[in-house]
Formats: sequence, structure tokens, C-alpha cells
Amino acid sequence: MNFKLEIWRQFESGQDGAFETFEVTGIDPESSFLEMLDQLNERLGHEKKRSIAFDSDCREGICGSCSLVIDGYPHGPRQVTSCQTYMRDFIDGATIKVEPFRSNTLPVIRDLVTDRSALDRVIQAGGYVSTTTGPQPDPNSMPVAPAVQEEVMDAAICIGCGACVAACPNGSAMLFTGAKVTHLNLLPQGQPERESRAINMVNQMDEEGFGGCTNYGECSRVCPQEISLDVISMLNREYRKAAVKKKPKTPPRMVAQ
Amino acid sequence: MKLDAKIPEGPIETKWQTWLDAHGLVGPRNRGAKNVIVIGTGLAGGAAAATLGAQGFKVKSFCFQDSPRRAHSIAAQGGINAAKDYANEGDSVRRLFTDTMKGGDFRSREANVWRLAQLSENIIDQAVAQGVPFNREYGGQLATRSFGGVLVQRTFYSRGQTGQQLLLGAYQALEHQVAAGNVSVYNRHEMLDVVLVNGEAHGVIVRNLVTGEIERHAADAVVLASGGYTNVYFLSTNAMGSNVTATWRAHKHGALMANPCFTQIHPTCIPQSGDYQSKLTLMSESLRNDGRIWVPRKPNEERPPAEIPEAERYYFLEERYPAFGNLAPRDIASRAAKVVCDEGLGVGGTGRGVYLDFRDSINDHGKAFVEGRYQNLFEMYQRITGDDPYETPMMIYPAPHYAMGGLWVDYELQTTIPGLFAIGEANFSDHGANRLGASALMQALADGYFIAPHTVTNFMTKKRDSVSTDDSAFDEAQDRVEAHIAALVDVGGSRSAQSFHREMGHVMLDKCGMARTAEGLTEALGEMRRIKGEFWSDLRVDPGVKELNQSLDYANRVSDFLEMGELMCHDALRREESCGGHFREEYETEDGEALRDDEHFAKVTAWQYQGDAGDPIPHDEQLTFEDVKLATRSYK
Repeated sequence: MNFKLEIWRQFESGQDGAFETFEVTGIDPESSFLEMLDQLNERLGHEKKRSIAFDSDCREGICGSCSLVIDGYPHGPRQVTSCQTYMRDFIDGATIKVEPFRSNTLPVIRDLVTDRSALDRVIQAGGYVSTTTGPQPDPNSMPVAPAVQEEVMDAAICIGCGACVAACPNGSAMLFTGAKVTHLNLLPQGQPERESRAINMVNQMDEEGFGGCTNYGECSRVCPQEISLDVISMLNREYRKAAVKKKPKTPPRMVAQ
Repeated sequence: MKLDAKIPEGPIETKWQTWLDAHGLVGPRNRGAKNVIVIGTGLAGGAAAATLGAQGFKVKSFCFQDSPRRAHSIAAQGGINAAKDYANEGDSVRRLFTDTMKGGDFRSREANVWRLAQLSENIIDQAVAQGVPFNREYGGQLATRSFGGVLVQRTFYSRGQTGQQLLLGAYQALEHQVAAGNVSVYNRHEMLDVVLVNGEAHGVIVRNLVTGEIERHAADAVVLASGGYTNVYFLSTNAMGSNVTATWRAHKHGALMANPCFTQIHPTCIPQSGDYQSKLTLMSESLRNDGRIWVPRKPNEERPPAEIPEAERYYFLEERYPAFGNLAPRDIASRAAKVVCDEGLGVGGTGRGVYLDFRDSINDHGKAFVEGRYQNLFEMYQRITGDDPYETPMMIYPAPHYAMGGLWVDYELQTTIPGLFAIGEANFSDHGANRLGASALMQALADGYFIAPHTVTNFMTKKRDSVSTDDSAFDEAQDRVEAHIAALVDVGGSRSAQSFHREMGHVMLDKCGMARTAEGLTEALGEMRRIKGEFWSDLRVDPGVKELNQSLDYANRVSDFLEMGELMCHDALRREESCGGHFREEYETEDGEALRDDEHFAKVTAWQYQGDAGDPIPHDEQLTFEDVKLATRSYK
């Protein structure tokens, strides 16, 4: 197969970038989109031109590294990760536009590589159960109904790629954050921090500059894990319940020795 | 060199407790002054960094990915073993211990394996407490399933994404400690050297992969959790970035590399489809619970699988290993698939494939049953191949998957360099010559949560002067790293690192893969040296060392794979027996099974680096078996 590629080139964060056009020929329809880019980079090497920078690692759709906007869709038209997009999904001879994930909160580092550490900081704000390593209760002492476990898993499978942010006209991270809050707040282990988690993670989203949710639903539509908008409803409910609740007095600090 | 594994005295059941009772402690108020470096943020590294951070130590955690959550542990699918006996089958620590010893073909250390089996129970408790959503039975109790090489159901799982959920548990614990100010994460940083002062590890040299800056970091202890080296085969189930660089550079400074030839070729992967291909995708071993593996009895069969009648199907695992059938251990299942394909019975375009068929399971239990267990795996298969496994059997073929070999460590997981620890897949570990399914997650988390935090603490109670990054040892290490990078850029040849990687991968898979011979390995040694020579005379990378340069990162890793591959061939050549994943064609029984030589090779081979001075030097650690009976491994 042959394609014309219009690829975003940008040397560094903060600099101007532009699209550069490349022709690729003789591409096997069974090769993945990233393998097609590998072949292009191989050729650029021979031509002594700078190769195109892009992120990828597992190349099986689970690590969340790959992050291309293909023909305007984060991860491409098939609602799978960029690495699981195959050239057989495109029409022979097509012109394909390739961009990095676009959002102020995900600045470009080079070409198609972006900085997604804002998502890590949202997790730092409360996306965990505050426990430490050591003796723990037997898991069967806290049964979880299989239906609840299923609902939890549907959210917990988020791969943290950031496609939801890139797709959202507001640059909102509500699907990402909602998935984590749904995962932890539905489980018995997540109850003690249920309210602070919702409040702190939402506050951190605001601080990072992610936009608000106005129910476009683009996030869920591009999510390679098909995470449902229900997690956003859940996050909104959790946040409201926590926000209206009378705040307890600042708990006394535990005095260490 | 005498290798002392430092195994505590006493009965095997109490060795670890004996060690714990006597190990040195650092008081809570003094921990903040102690620094630990952890390389890698997978299950082992993430768990160790989070645990040490929570204890109050100052931890620096490094990963080459853009976020610690992306480490390749995330791709583990099937599950994690634990001797909890929730299924009431009479499972026990001893049984898990025995299965692991036998699964590893009696080439692992008894005391380590026992400790692993003991800790397996705590791991499940820990993960659940973190909010890891394991599958549940109707009453809300944890569900378990069966995996290869065992006759009990002790594998806990989260759909087909167990590795992801366990890693996110560790990642979240890590980020919790980042928020608490105990851990600093350095993402997009790659370790390129370990810094030694008086023969002890005092820090590392890393490269910031965004700016290209070379950075120095000093610490009171260094923990390598940088994963395995299976990408030495080029095509494998590992991630693109998985590499041997951290452990190899430690090896070059004197850390011995143990059993490098013990690599696992996983039986159920999607077959290769073209030369452009960059990696192979694993389909979870759990599929073998309900899928039946077969090939047509007739060579060059052209009928589609559905039209081949039962009598003309060769269920080779069920026929050869009736007791375990499709759940035979990985090394055995892989070799059996290779044998039938060598006989010309393979299917698919290349003839290197066998069927994994769910027809009978769907007929017996209904589509919904199969869907409930494997939906995401079926979708993944369909996405990659375009075939629907509900309608037509999957095609699978073995692919390189895991490295049982790695840095030699003692019972405290310390390498032969004091202050340098290796955990998870990076060490030579507890899996002997073959790892059983669902044991990698168990071992990585046992090392990370429950062993390394104590043994590293114990090391830090030792009195030694702390060394600052101004020390001349850091100057020398930085110079070495910069010289290596400059050398890569200066070659100025015409070929990409990937082309060399692919070439060496072919050699390794062909001659040091599922079947090995003295002749082939000797050839491979020559080939590897030739490729290394060409690499250093015809490599091309993008210019620019003080910037993001992915072609340079890659070349750097390939330069180490080339040397690691050579060491694997040395090891495979020296081990004149067949055991587990190491199958020497000269040493097989009459019915084609592995023929072990316990008299000469019931030992660990740990190699010492010699560089240009000559061939590496082997050192032996004799294995003793007191709690398990050495027996011919049979799954028939």
C-alpha cells in the first residue's frame, strides 16, 4: 500500500511546528501504524534526515505510551490505541494526517511526543488507597459482589493514555479522573478516603489547567478502553456529595514520638 | 570466586523468619537521611520504591518511560499465584514450593523458592488492600483458576489484565509516596552506569532522555529493578524499550550474571506475519484452560480448520502429556509446538503456527461462558489478526517472553557488588530453568514489597562513609558514559540500530532459542562477534546528544544486547545438559524429553565479565536439595 503522510514536526517544547509531507510506498496492510512509522524512520536514516520522534512501548494496547492523533482522531478512527491501528484500516493511496495529542496540559516535547505528567499529578492528589506495605486483612473478610467488581474493572482498565483529554474540546480530564474515582470509591477499601479523593483530584485537575466537562462525550468515543461516560456522572455525584458535606474540623495531627 | 548465598541456618520453614528476626534496623527518625535509588518502576521497582518511601527513606525512582505506570509489568495478562487454598484442594506453601522447584527443572535455590511461596499469600492481601479488583465468585469471595504445570487452582486474576491492575496498585502506592514527599520520580531517565567507590555501589549515572543531560545521583543503596533481557531476540513479547542496559553495565563492573541462557519461550503468542514486524503479542496462557491445541495430522493440509474431521486432528499435547494435556508447562508446550511444525504439520502462511481451538468449549459450556473468561483476549486477537476466534481457531506460535537468568543475587537479593541489589526479572531469581505461569508477578511483588525493603534496610545499617556526586568516581563514570555515547554517534555509518538488532535476533532465536547445539552455539558466537564488529563500524544514529534522540537511546541498548547475546551463547554452550527452557539437542531422552545431568549441572553458573581481556569466566554455586526430591520432571 502507498500513503501520503502529513506529520507534525516540532523541534522542542514552546517552538513553532509545522506539517511535513512524506510519501511511503510498499507498506504491508498487516503492518501497524507505528511499524509503518518505523519503516519511514529507517528510510529517513538512510537519507541522513532527522527521524520522527514518537512514543510507544508495549505495542499491544495496554501501556498507554502511544499517543498519535490520526486524521483528527486521538489514536485514529478505530477506537483502539495508536499501536493497534493497522494499515489495513486505511484506503490505499490515502493522505493521512498525524499529529501529537493536542492540549495545553499535554505540551509537545518533540514532534509527536508529549508530556503527560499532569495525569500523574492528578493521581498523586488522591488516586490511591492510603495503605502501606504490611499485614493486611484477609481479602475474603470484605466480600465484593461480582457485579460491583465488574463495574470497578470497567473503570480500572484505564491505561492513562490521555486520549480523552486530547479529544475534548474543553481539554477536560474528567473521564480519566472519573475512572479512578469510580474504581476506588466503589470498593470497600476506598471508603475512608472517598470524599477527600473526589475533592482533591478535581482540585488538582483545575490546578493543572484541564477544562471542565460539558458533556460532549468525545472522550468516551475515542477511549481505547471504551470507558463509559458513567464514570463522569459518578465523579460529579461523588464531588457534590463531598462538597456539600459539612467539613469536619481539621483532624488532630498524629504526634510522632 | 566463592559465591556465598548467605542462606540462614535452620529448617526451611523458618529461614526467612530467622533472617528477619536478626536483621539490622534503621530507626524511624534516621530514615530520612538515608537515600535509596531504585531503577525501574515495574512491579518489583514500583513496589520497592513505594515501600521504602513509606518507611521514611528518601527514594529516587527512575524509569525510561514517560510515566512509572507504563512499565512492562502492565502487560501481564493471566494472573498471580498464591498458596491460599481458597479452592479447598489441599494446596499449601509446600505444594507451591514443590511445583515451582519442579517447574524450574530443579535449577533454583530451595530457600528462595520457599520464601517466595510463603510470601505469596501476603501479596494477595496487600494488593486487595490497595484496591486491586481481583475477580470474585458469586458470594464476593476471590476467584481462582488453574495455570500451566500445576494441578490446583491457585491463580488469582483480574480478567485478562492482572498485570495492569497489580502494577496500578504499586504505581498508586508510589504516587502516594510522591505526594508524601518521600519518593521523587525521574521519568524519561535511563540508567547508564553504576558508580562504585572501593568496590561498593554509591550511585548511578543517568541520562535525561528529553534534554540529553547526563546526571549524577548518589545514594546509600542502589536497587536494580530494570526487568529482563528477552529483547535480545529482537522479536519478543517484551515492550519496545525493555532492555538489558542497567544490568549489563552493572555486570561490566563486576556484578556476576547468572544462568543467562535460561530464557523462556512462551507457547501461546500470535505468529509472526512479516519482516517489518516490531514485536510479538502474547495471548494469555489462561486460554489453555479451555482451548485445545492441535495441528492437522496430514502435512500441507489445505482445508480450513472447521472442515478437518476429529480423527485427522493431532492434539499433540493431550496425546503426549495426558495428565496435564493442554496445561503442560511452557517450555514443554513450546518445544512440542516447534517439533510438530518442524515435522511439517504447522499451519498458517509461514507453517510456523498451531491451532488453539475453543470449538469444544463453546459447544460444551456456551459462548457466554467463554466470553466471560476471555472476552478481552478474543477481542485483542481479532484486532491484531482480523480473525474471529469464536468462529475459527486461533493460530499461535511460541515467542521469547521472559528471562529466568539475570544478575546473580544472594538470599538478600544483593549482587556481588555490595550495596547493589537486583529484584524482579532483573535477578536470576527463583524460577530455575523454566518459570511457571503466573509466577512472575508473584516473584516481582515478593521481592519488591516484602524482601528488598528489609534487606536494603539491613545493608544501610552498615557503617560506611557517604559519597557525594563530586567524588572522582562520579567523574570517571560520567566520562565513561559520555565516551560511549560519543562513540555511538561518531560511527557515522549507514545502518540503523534496528537493522543490527533484527540481525542479531535472528541468530539468537535460531541458535540459542528453543533448541540449541554445541555446533550452532559456536557458530552463533562467531556471528554475534561479527555483527558487533559491523555495528561499531557501520551504525548510524541521529546527531545531537544533548537533546531527545530516540535513535541514540535505541543504539545504546542494542550495543549492550550484542554483548549479552554473546554471554548467553557461552552459558548455553557450557551447560551440557537439557533442562527447562534450555534444550540441548545432544541431551535428550529416547522420547525427546529434556535429559538433565544433575551430577555435573545441579548448579548456578554465574559469569564474570572480562571485556576485551578474553572470554567471560564462569563461577559455580552448587545447588542442594533437602526439601524436594530430585526427580525426572514428568507431565505425562
